[in-house]
Amino acid sequence: MSMRMSYLLTLVLAGALSSAAAQPAAAPEQVARGEYLARIGNCAGCHTAPGGADFAGGRAIDSLFGTFYAPNITADADTGIGRWSADDFWQAMHNGKRADGSAMYPACPYPNYTHVHREDIDAIYAYLRSLPPVQQQNRAHELSFPASARPLVSLWQWLFFKPGSFQDDPSQTPAWNRGAYLVQGLGHCSACHAERNAFGVSRGDGSAPGARIRNWYAPSLYSSAEAGLQAWPVEKGAALLRHGKAEEASAMGPMADVVFQSLQYLTEADAMAMATYLHALPDHDTEPAVRLLPVRQADLPAVMQRGQKIYEEHCQDCHGRDGEGSLAAPALAGNRAVVLADPTNLLNVIRDGGYPPSTGGNPRPYGMPPFGFLNDVELAALATYIRTSWGNAGTPVSSANVTRKD
Amino acid sequence: MLSVLKAAYSGGAGKVLKQRRICTLSWRTVVVALALLPAAVGAPPTDSMEQRVQPCIACHGEQGIDLESGYVPRLHGKPAGYLYNQLVNFREGRRNNRAMVIMVSHLADDYLWEMAEYFATRDVPYPPPASPPANAQLATRGRILATEGDPARDIPACQTCHGERLTGVLPNTPGLLGLPSHYLAAQLGAWRAGTREAAAPDCMHAIAERLTGMDIQAVSLWIAAQPVPADTSPIAGPVAEPPMECGSVPLPGQ
Repeated sequence: MSMRMSYLLTLVLAGALSSAAAQPAAAPEQVARGEYLARIGNCAGCHTAPGGADFAGGRAIDSLFGTFYAPNITADADTGIGRWSADDFWQAMHNGKRADGSAMYPACPYPNYTHVHREDIDAIYAYLRSLPPVQQQNRAHELSFPASARPLVSLWQWLFFKPGSFQDDPSQTPAWNRGAYLVQGLGHCSACHAERNAFGVSRGDGSAPGARIRNWYAPSLYSSAEAGLQAWPVEKGAALLRHGKAEEASAMGPMADVVFQSLQYLTEADAMAMATYLHALPDHDTEPAVRLLPVRQADLPAVMQRGQKIYEEHCQDCHGRDGEGSLAAPALAGNRAVVLADPTNLLNVIRDGGYPPSTGGNPRPYGMPPFGFLNDVELAALATYIRTSWGNAGTPVSSANVTRKD
Repeated sequence: MLSVLKAAYSGGAGKVLKQRRICTLSWRTVVVALALLPAAVGAPPTDSMEQRVQPCIACHGEQGIDLESGYVPRLHGKPAGYLYNQLVNFREGRRNNRAMVIMVSHLADDYLWEMAEYFATRDVPYPPPASPPANAQLATRGRILATEGDPARDIPACQTCHGERLTGVLPNTPGLLGLPSHYLAAQLGAWRAGTREAAAPDCMHAIAERLTGMDIQAVSLWIAAQPVPADTSPIAGPVAEPPMECGSVPLPGQ
């Protein structure tokens, strides 16, 4: 390196250090608010690896385009974002630009975070800087072309990304506005609950079906037949968000992670606000996310008989003879989660079992044993029985639709 | 009732049941496991820990369940500290069994501790020991490793930390009896390969790295053949002079 180059580099580094170091220490209230907001944004959901140091990165995030490894966002100067100023952090969250000016992959949901107010971004920045820096090198993403070409991300932004600025709608209540702000912004619900096109862009108008994520189906929030809260009392929606359980509804799979890591920390007022907004979303039929192969009408009686036998043997002690549920297991009769057009989630729960999240409001959840020993024909019969009995108006599931994907 | 369980699990003459899919269970296993549970059949579910741990018991049974695909070890009577560490290790990626990761990935520390305590306080008879290995050299090597270790290679005796009776030591060290040799060998292999980890410092990883394949076979066969003593409870601990430091996860609230 020439003298001149190293001199310049020193200047740049010194400048970066002083701009970050010169900031006054954040007020404790700002740090506390930042901690709350970072939880609602679920930064740790990606930036903290299981068993790893807080916010030091490393968690793998699978996508259509390959595997992203979330970077270190601790205040470490060399491997984290310790040299970033509050303005740099704002640029990242609001405009999807890293401190070096390059465009960020939208694997980080800045298309949602762009709606977050500057003071909230500053609070998250203050919180992250209040934590111990962790030296941990970032792992390079493993992406296929063209996603692997970072310059193309700028093109993507130019085509598909518009920085936002959330404005209250004066015709709506404060709760609705607060809910809209949280759902569209930090909560980044649409990052999972809306299908993306081949460019990884979600249609914002609610006409899209939900999306596949980690081999689960994240149902649409724009349909009360899916995950929409339009037809529920606001209190029930808020309870599901915050406790992971409300009457017959349980958060399972990736949503259980979201509740466990993030939503259980919502204040009651914020949970009510989010539910108020979601309750008021338009409610329409979404396109089916999957086309099920039909089960021949002539085969149905035998399928139902087989399904009923399995149900009586393994399910009814907890879920009830008529799918009415018990204190240990949710009702299946009238439970929209089991009759979704896409049966993926029902099949996952039968095969793998699991617990809803343990949360402040539901600290000791009951769980479901795995029934992975059922073969595809048995699973399809059981799912068909549950989806079409006791007034449930779901479609039958053929064994061809039951094939494991992982 | 237990004899019914044993017969069904072992399929008569020690034959392992054919496993059909992921987690580990066969139809008959589940039917029998569920039939054993007073809460599971007929009676309505109750607001109890027994009800809450039904998903655990479905795969683990009471004594552990031996399947072609692998052994699902017993939980009953193991120290709560040990069980709690394993649950947290699954949640935090230090252990990787898919079925277990799904079960614990969003359960809080307090609840995992309560589950661990539930099983720790259950006293259930052990299955009979296996026959000792026919190969006298293996049998001797196994006995020496378990009871004396190999000081030349810095391998402590199993008894030093797992207790003279190998029934475990409170608070965090599990008993080793009642487990089949292939499970013990698989765990030692996993420790050695780093696919099973514990909170740092990971002493079992360090020990397993010093063992040869022959050592692992020998000590696993020897332990699996040990008769189960009348008193199977873990002894009070901790070990006065542990040969090395072993990490553990902090207890809830610490």
